[in-house]
Amino acid sequence: MSIRVMLPAAFARHTAGTKQVQSEAANLPALVEDLGTKFPELGTHMKDADGTLRKFINVYVNDEDIRFLGGDSYEFQDKDEVMFIPSIAGGCELA
Amino acid sequence: MASASSACTPYELYSKESGKSYGNQPLSICDESFTPLEVRYDLQAARPLFTRKNIEAGPLNMWRYRSLLPIPEGFEPDLPVGLTPLVRAKNLGKRVGSQSLYVKNDAVCFPTLSFKDRVVAVALANARAFGFETVGCSSTGNLANSVAAQSARLGLKACILVPADLEPAKILNTLVYGARLVRIDGNYDHVNRLCSLIADQYHWGFVNVNLRPYYAEGSKSVGFEIAEQLGWRLPDNVVVPMAGGSLIRKIKKAFDELIYLGLVENKHVRFFGAQATGCSPIAQAVKNNTETITPQRPNTIARSLAIGNPADGPFASRMIRETGGWAEDVSDVEVVSGIQELAETEGIFTETAGGVTTAVTARLLSQGRIKADETTVLCITGNGLKTTDCISNRFELGRAVRPRLTDFEEYLNELDGAVQEPELALAEGD
Repeated sequence: MSIRVMLPAAFARHTAGTKQVQSEAANLPALVEDLGTKFPELGTHMKDADGTLRKFINVYVNDEDIRFLGGDSYEFQDKDEVMFIPSIAGGCELA
Repeated sequence: MASASSACTPYELYSKESGKSYGNQPLSICDESFTPLEVRYDLQAARPLFTRKNIEAGPLNMWRYRSLLPIPEGFEPDLPVGLTPLVRAKNLGKRVGSQSLYVKNDAVCFPTLSFKDRVVAVALANARAFGFETVGCSSTGNLANSVAAQSARLGLKACILVPADLEPAKILNTLVYGARLVRIDGNYDHVNRLCSLIADQYHWGFVNVNLRPYYAEGSKSVGFEIAEQLGWRLPDNVVVPMAGGSLIRKIKKAFDELIYLGLVENKHVRFFGAQATGCSPIAQAVKNNTETITPQRPNTIARSLAIGNPADGPFASRMIRETGGWAEDVSDVEVVSGIQELAETEGIFTETAGGVTTAVTARLLSQGRIKADETTVLCITGNGLKTTDCISNRFELGRAVRPRLTDFEEYLNELDGAVQEPELALAEGD
């Protein structure tokens, strides 16, 4: 079982430019761990203090938001395409 | 040398999360924390520039506030965008139980009849400064219209991506400007995700992707205008439609800046968000007292608000609760009633999003969350001519009447269901 993982430009700085990787992770938490092993620097940046994926990072599996598929409990299928996309919001704190 | 009203306050992109500064570039995500970038101003430098006097001496459009908008030095905006009417809504107020209700009417914003003209104007000023030849956006319609029109004016190429099921008027209002329109077989969230990928691959300026921090700042002009049009006062309440959740936050930011710089007295303003029940992830988060947005699959006629995974949702939910406000959502039937109510009472024809805001305002007043004697501003963000399909079946054209007075009188009697004497004034041809 292997999935194709696509990483956005914002991640590439921490992956020496790699934008696609294969993974055998069974689910999202395992994939986050796997990416952290493959790219230690990325692993540090993509996780919150509690070790989970930062809330601003959206994850899509074959065009579908993983939250519609069960989130962390979704079991990846062979040849799934998994994309990480940071949420693009406009900031607004008073400087 | 720039005059005081056209001088700019220094600004830059930065990440609140990581503290990293990025200068000014087409970028929306911090590469350390993967959180959204924000525009930060040197507010001390703004003090002598952003004054009531300078603003009042400025042009009669949103550029009167340019010293607190991220406009590149040397860019001279020539489109009179913004400064839309703030109208006292006595009739609607009477109907829904408010003695001090105002409508901020961006249904007549120039040039494409929605508040998106404001954000696009700021985004394209930056697109040009960054040297983009092609600009684009993911859009639920109004943004598409505005990018198409304003890029035509600036001589930029436009490539615009929309959900395939968009209202016909919004598609036509994009194509007419010569823009390239790509209909995507999916909802707005699919379109938006694709745009993120395209922006990674192509050297295009996507107003709501890689130009997003600048773009979003344009919304502040709504807040600046409300305060100035109320006589440099802030209202008690603002009711704002929510799609991505950006506008409501930027109005708050505008009020905070006005207070900070001393242009208005400090006042606690409560913010109320309006959504359609068929796509209400932010309203649900507010009601559940959480910043966690549970995405939804949109199913509503209010397509301009149909963003199931709103990027600014977590911030908007928190901000609304912090101000003591609330968020409500209304059914599609109520949306249509809201459109009609605003038209019949105030002569303002708004699109579905405005129907949402009007219906939510009525509900907030009936719930007692907004009080009758408080000053409340209802933000209308788009024009009803773009979404006529949702109400066209509500009206009958009636039969054609022969051009004779007798026939006209008969017809009036038919409509009234009773025989009446003609009014004297009418008989005299007044």
